[in-house]
Amino acid sequence: MDLFSDDYTDGNTLAGPLRELFTVDMTGAVGRCVHCGGEGPVAGMKVYAQAPGLVARCPSCQEVLMRLVRGPSDAWLDLRGTMSLRIPMPPE
Amino acid sequence: MARAAVSGGLNRRLTWHAARLAEVVEETPSARTLVFDVPDWPGHLPGQHVDVRLTAEDGYSTQRSYSIATPADGTRVALTVQRVDDGEVSPYLTETLVPGDVIELRGPVGGWFVWRAADPAPVLLIAGGSGIVPLMAMIRARREAGSRALFRLIYSVRTPEDRFYADELRTRARDDMGLDVGYVYTRQAPEGWPAAPRRLSVADVNNGGWPPDFQPSCFVCGPTAFVETVADILVALGHDPRRVKTERFGPTGS
Ligand SMILES: Cc1cc2nc3c(=O)[nH]c(=O)nc-3n(C[C@H](O)[C@H](O)[C@H](O)COP(=O)(O)OP(=O)(O)OC[C@H]3O[C@@H](n4cnc5c(N)ncnc54)[C@H](O)[C@@H]3O)c2cc1C
Ligand SMILES: [Zn+2]
Repeated sequence: MDLFSDDYTDGNTLAGPLRELFTVDMTGAVGRCVHCGGEGPVAGMKVYAQAPGLVARCPSCQEVLMRLVRGPSDAWLDLRGTMSLRIPMPPE
Repeated sequence: MARAAVSGGLNRRLTWHAARLAEVVEETPSARTLVFDVPDWPGHLPGQHVDVRLTAEDGYSTQRSYSIATPADGTRVALTVQRVDDGEVSPYLTETLVPGDVIELRGPVGGWFVWRAADPAPVLLIAGGSGIVPLMAMIRARREAGSRALFRLIYSVRTPEDRFYADELRTRARDDMGLDVGYVYTRQAPEGWPAAPRRLSVADVNNGGWPPDFQPSCFVCGPTAFVETVADILVALGHDPRRVKTERFGPTGS
């Protein structure tokens, strides 16, 4: 994969796929990168759709933050590059 | 279970809806607005998008995201799609689909790249090509809500005939108080245009935007390379990166 091409979108693309799993919108959630400690909204992640499933990379250090693969009967969410996600929640 | 939730409630499970094409508006020789009728549509905010899913007879299916072009309007959902010549989905949407046809769509989705009418901050919108679509929803919603937030749009297009919503933007720039509209032409400018065709530059953003001291909310949308360039320019000019919201549509084809 060429990390310098423009063949990617961003975390806004994850809005639908993640909204299938979570009851709130995740694009505004603030993630922290395991590799560089950088913080930013899920919407700002670089998203590559050519791999099996969707791969989100850190916009600062390019390392993988999360992967989402949707099969016919499961969704597989790999968050190994994400230390934490702070998710805006509406008041109860 | 999903249907038992209050319409539009947060716990509504995101599912695919049947959307029937009701109306088509030609915007440019290669783009059109598709107005779908979606029963049970819960409403949406300007800037949100939908995922569209097409399924072939052999069961192969593929999906793409499209921004919603208008503010919430009952069961109507309007998308404006630019044809990408060698594309899989956009030629079908812009050339094959006719009123009465049904596709699948889910949404609205996206809660970050959204403008809220209650926000009084000045707004800077910067669009490249079809990136105008969600920004147009914001411009339309502003007037509809009677918002006085000051809006400026910088719209980068290849040629005058590639402009989406050109007549409406001209009228709004005149009638919607507090809305400025500026164009940058990258391949061919209209007759008598003061500048030769060129890429959007620091000077365009500096002169056509708001000073960082005004703390505007910036929304940048378009092809990935365009968005990267413009976001870098805004931050270099001193805008707070947290106030620069971006949405990348993908690579610029051929
Ligand atoms: C959040 C979001 C919102 C979007 N909103 C809109 C919208 O309102 N209107 C709209 O027209 N599009 C929008 N897009 C882009 C849209 O999702 C598709 O990428 C686009 O229609 C091309 O799909 P395709 O199947 O025709 O082309 P594909 O078969 O996916 O690609 C064919 C060729 O075109 C290139 N290509 C891929 N995407 C683009 C693109 N966006 N522009 C130019 N070339 C491309 C590819 O590199 C490839 O060479 C949005 C994308 C995102 C992520
Ligand atoms: Zn990182």
